Amino acid sequence: MAMQQTITQRLANPTHFMALSARLLPWLASAAGVLIAIGLYLALFVAPPDYQQGQTAKIMYVHVPSAWLAMFGYMVVAASSFGLLVFRHPLADVSAKAAAPIGAVFTSMCLLTGMLWGKPMWGAFWVWDPRLTSVLILFLLYLGLIALRSSIEDESLAGKLTAVLALVGIVIIPVIKFSVDWNSLHQPASITRIGSPAIHASLLWPLLVMTTGMSLLFGALHLKAMRNEVLRRRVKALRIVRADAGTALAQQSAG
Amino acid sequence: MDFGPHAGFIWASYAIVATTLSLLVAWLVLDGRRLQRLLDELDATGVRRRSDRADPSQS
Repeated sequence: MAMQQTITQRLANPTHFMALSARLLPWLASAAGVLIAIGLYLALFVAPPDYQQGQTAKIMYVHVPSAWLAMFGYMVVAASSFGLLVFRHPLADVSAKAAAPIGAVFTSMCLLTGMLWGKPMWGAFWVWDPRLTSVLILFLLYLGLIALRSSIEDESLAGKLTAVLALVGIVIIPVIKFSVDWNSLHQPASITRIGSPAIHASLLWPLLVMTTGMSLLFGALHLKAMRNEVLRRRVKALRIVRADAGTALAQQSAG
Repeated sequence: MDFGPHAGFIWASYAIVATTLSLLVAWLVLDGRRLQRLLDELDATGVRRRSDRADPSQS
């Protein structure tokens, strides 16, 4: 327990985080690049067409990882928000703030690629289906978190209020997960289901490689965004110190 | 590489993902560089955070 606390405390320190993330980031980004390159090759040149959907199933290799990371991103925001509100972890707010725009981007990619898959398969870009609608709500929730934070000047208050909204919004994750069972056009889970995956290995492997690569990319982007946020707060702190010093000097001269 | 009658939808999906991720990476890299430059400029003026001043290794 004491050991765990020491590791947590070390990671909670922004200076230690900056040193560790600087070492980790190139490896993470390189691994993501290599896996995505292999995944694209497998998806576009090796994976056979689906027996029902034909070549259109190739959209799956970018749509499914985007969908998974849209939800994972929100879980990162929610877990970080919990860390801020309960443990007052110094980097938790940085993590929540950094993950929200990245999650929003992956959600928008999920929606757009889903629309492009939906048109040839369902005959429409959009239907007010439970799965599509709940993912759209997730996207709006991300935008709400970003808007709420940027509308409050006090960084600490903005972090806490955004964290409360993020924790309330976590209810959308099980709704998305189970929405395919509610009279949905969207196909049910093919990989994460009880028993074996309902997808042939020749289609599954490229999908797993792409998903792993995109997940590592998400990790790299999140680390980079966190590093930027730490730098932004340092710049802000230094500007306040400079402004305070200027005010003190002006008062001295006036006195 | 023939993707059949729906090739346009397939290529459009990959293009959207490639473009969006490229823009996201570019934004994060450029933002990081801009912030580091600002921090270096402030450091050059001799401004120090209280935590830095308290650190004996800085004195």
